[in-house]
Amino acid sequence: MTPDPARMDALDATWKDKPGLWGFLTTVDHKRIAARYIVTALLLMFLAGVLALDMRWQLSVAENTRMGPQLYNESFSLHGSTMLFLVSVPVMEAMALWLVPLMLGTRNMAFPRLSAFSYWLYLGGVLTLWIAHALDITPDLGWFEYPPLSGPSYSPGHRADIWAQMITFTEVAALAASVNVAATILKMRPPGMTLARMPVFLWAMLIASLMTILSMPAIMLVTSMLISDRLVSTHFFAPAAGGDVLLFQHLFWFFGHPEVYIIFIPATGFVSSIVETFSRRPLFGHNVLVLAILAIAALAFGLWVHHMFAVGLPRLGNDFYTGASMAIALPAGLQIFCWIASIWSGRVVLHTPMLWIIGFLATFVIGGLSGVMTASASLDLQLTDTYFVVAHFHYVLVGGAMFPLFGAFCYWYPKATGRLMSERWGRVAFALIVGGFNLGFFPMHVLGLMGMPRRVYTYPAEMGWEWLNQVATAGSVIAVLGGLVFVGNALASYWRGAPSGPDPWGGSTLEWACPSPPPAWNFAYTPRVSSLTPMWEDASRIAVFDGIAVDRREVLVTSVTDAVPVYRQKSASPSIWPLVAAAAVSAMFIASIFTPWAIAAGLLPIGAALTGWFWPTRARATSGPLRARS
Amino acid sequence: MNRASPLLAIGLLAACSGRQSPLAPAGDQAETLHQLFLLALAVCGIVYLVVVAALVWSLMRRGRDEDRDGAMRGLNRGLWATGIGIVLGVTILIVGSFLADRALFATRGEDALEVRITGHQWWWRIEYRVGGTARWIETANELHLPRGRTTRVLLGSADVIHSFWVPNVAGKIDMIPGRRNVLDLTPRQSGWFRGQCGEYCGMQHAHMAFDVKVEEPAQFEAWLARQSRMARPVGDSRGMHGQAVFARTCSACHAVRGTTASGRAGPDLTHVGARRSIAAGTITMSRGALQGWIAQPQALKPGTSMPAIPLAPADADAVAHYLAGLR
Repeated sequence: MTPDPARMDALDATWKDKPGLWGFLTTVDHKRIAARYIVTALLLMFLAGVLALDMRWQLSVAENTRMGPQLYNESFSLHGSTMLFLVSVPVMEAMALWLVPLMLGTRNMAFPRLSAFSYWLYLGGVLTLWIAHALDITPDLGWFEYPPLSGPSYSPGHRADIWAQMITFTEVAALAASVNVAATILKMRPPGMTLARMPVFLWAMLIASLMTILSMPAIMLVTSMLISDRLVSTHFFAPAAGGDVLLFQHLFWFFGHPEVYIIFIPATGFVSSIVETFSRRPLFGHNVLVLAILAIAALAFGLWVHHMFAVGLPRLGNDFYTGASMAIALPAGLQIFCWIASIWSGRVVLHTPMLWIIGFLATFVIGGLSGVMTASASLDLQLTDTYFVVAHFHYVLVGGAMFPLFGAFCYWYPKATGRLMSERWGRVAFALIVGGFNLGFFPMHVLGLMGMPRRVYTYPAEMGWEWLNQVATAGSVIAVLGGLVFVGNALASYWRGAPSGPDPWGGSTLEWACPSPPPAWNFAYTPRVSSLTPMWEDASRIAVFDGIAVDRREVLVTSVTDAVPVYRQKSASPSIWPLVAAAAVSAMFIASIFTPWAIAAGLLPIGAALTGWFWPTRARATSGPLRARS
Repeated sequence: MNRASPLLAIGLLAACSGRQSPLAPAGDQAETLHQLFLLALAVCGIVYLVVVAALVWSLMRRGRDEDRDGAMRGLNRGLWATGIGIVLGVTILIVGSFLADRALFATRGEDALEVRITGHQWWWRIEYRVGGTARWIETANELHLPRGRTTRVLLGSADVIHSFWVPNVAGKIDMIPGRRNVLDLTPRQSGWFRGQCGEYCGMQHAHMAFDVKVEEPAQFEAWLARQSRMARPVGDSRGMHGQAVFARTCSACHAVRGTTASGRAGPDLTHVGARRSIAAGTITMSRGALQGWIAQPQALKPGTSMPAIPLAPADADAVAHYLAGLR
């Protein structure tokens, strides 16, 4: 696959961004945009982690006065909203944005400018929430702001509006990213990569994207209804005027539960990739894994009510949702069996990414099992809204999604930078984070069972919760230290790491075929795939196609099921319009907190930006034969 | 949970003395849920041990496969066994959950003492129905229950969503504006317990607790009879002064039955001196604590609706004396 230098120069000339600030602002390169997404999300993870440490400090002593109630309530609201809406979901989309074209052997996403728009709008949401925090208008009602508490009567001021609009920002950004990922995976696979030959990672990203597209409208609807109640005095959630406060909860969790799997399913994709590579065998049970992800995705839309068992809904329904929630154990358990079976029958190499997978399995299963406990409609009445639930969702989100993410970061780091991370410091970070996390969060199960409710800024000394809270605080400190080691290792390795070459781990999928770091154009030729693990089929001789233009931006579009080449599609060039459009949309969203007229007035600049963006050009698609190269 | 089982054991021991813990059940509903919890803990504990054992075995084994086809057949059998095992485990828990759910509602058809509890930011209005009539006896922040009898709590909210939770007696049920939820409580052990709001309800969610006393039916009836009386007449001059100041400055929000004070915004204080704590479980009741609370409510419970009303020292002293005497 090594192309000749002249071809590489030509590709560089076509695909490389302009240098400097203009190139930075106009780029549509999926790798640059995804890297921005990931760096922003990691920075926010750090900031929200500092908030968590501060809260742990407050709770380590009964009747502590480090924080007052207002500051504490703001802290957990900002921590939860940031971690869920601005870290977990976006970072998973960003991983897809970075990896999907590489794993497909293609040159960019299906809608390159939409990738850029998605990031800029996400950044708008980030700035809205965190600049508001700097201005002391921090949302203070948790990461789900139930009315009537969040309604106009009980939350005057703009804290609740900031939260609701931040959601709108991130959800539009998430929809843009998801549509892009789904279209790319369905229409831009390399010849030969039929649906049956699609790696589990791509299935995971495809399914998570489709779930995003199906679930996000519910949250956008519900936050818009909340804003209407607050801004123009509609009464969706006002019981005195015939509204219903539970409508909010239903719509929120119809999104909120799938969201958990929108975070977890990409993680199963990371796990599958890493387990396959480091077990040195094709994954055991590929079909089972894919069907399990599909089953989880389908079930995810049928169990939102398990977040509402204590609201007093009809009991027959509660039993149904108990069954549906517990049913998740079957596909999730089979997934875990397949990964362990792959390790069992492979020849395991324990590099850092694989350590993270072991940490994931040992930790996530606890979260899964505590999830089975809370899935019981009756037992949940003792567990919901206590520290047991706090422990549970941190076990599934951190153990189940962040540990695989950290593993994925270590695994694909050499691909992104061309350098290896230090194994020694990688192990230190792994031990500190996994050990600290378990020390910090396991005691919270017990605290919940000792009656400690969540979201309390303090508690009386005689409740006997103090010492376990101190253990939890100590564990969190250790985990954060581990996080600093992890980041330090990543930074040091960026400049000092040993060169990795294109394929340091002996990976099984196509991204390992291109150079590290990948050039702007990713692949010089279109690869041809004949198995699930193309890199293990005599990798030096992957069959490739020529015929995609070198002198203009062009990508190959193939059919949905069989990946038969269909036509060559013009790929969008760098443009400032996505940034302008995102800025216009941001202005409208923020102004609409203050006046409904902003929605009408704001449409004009948005319309102007979109006109510039979509100004027609000739030759959107071309046809012509692909030539097989040997 | 092997690594953490000593921790859990210690925690369980500590919790058994807890007066706000689902692990120390003192009533039928909590007992049912405690048994369901132990069943779930056993099933999940076994599953976790199996998973960790399988993981360790797989890592130690390092793929020594002389017979590759045989190994694959073994894995396929293992896949089926895992699936069947999960279905069995989940079925046990679903059936257990269903039976527990039925048990929670077993008393629903029977007559019971009715108590209406309304959540406020951040305190509890508690009203006992006078048997078979439309009359209600009002108190606040302290719930008394007769041991061995079923009390039916009718839950509502005056403002935002709260959640009624006395873990030693039963699981939590939300208090939702515009809706009425019902929860049956059948306590079996006498003693003091503690309840706390389970749903985040604003700034002082952390200080929305209440005391629960389970007592013998005879004692309970005596207590209820005391609660139904008007406030007892004040005997001394300091008390008279306190009553006058109270009527002037506090009666817009608080009621003391038998006097002119009849405000409804705050807790009924007719027998406040007999209660165990002040400001929804925030501070322990004493005459000094009452005076401190009147002087500095925003320092003790920042954000509370109770305003700090400037009173001359003699007036504040008299009001505290008066309230402490309302037993």
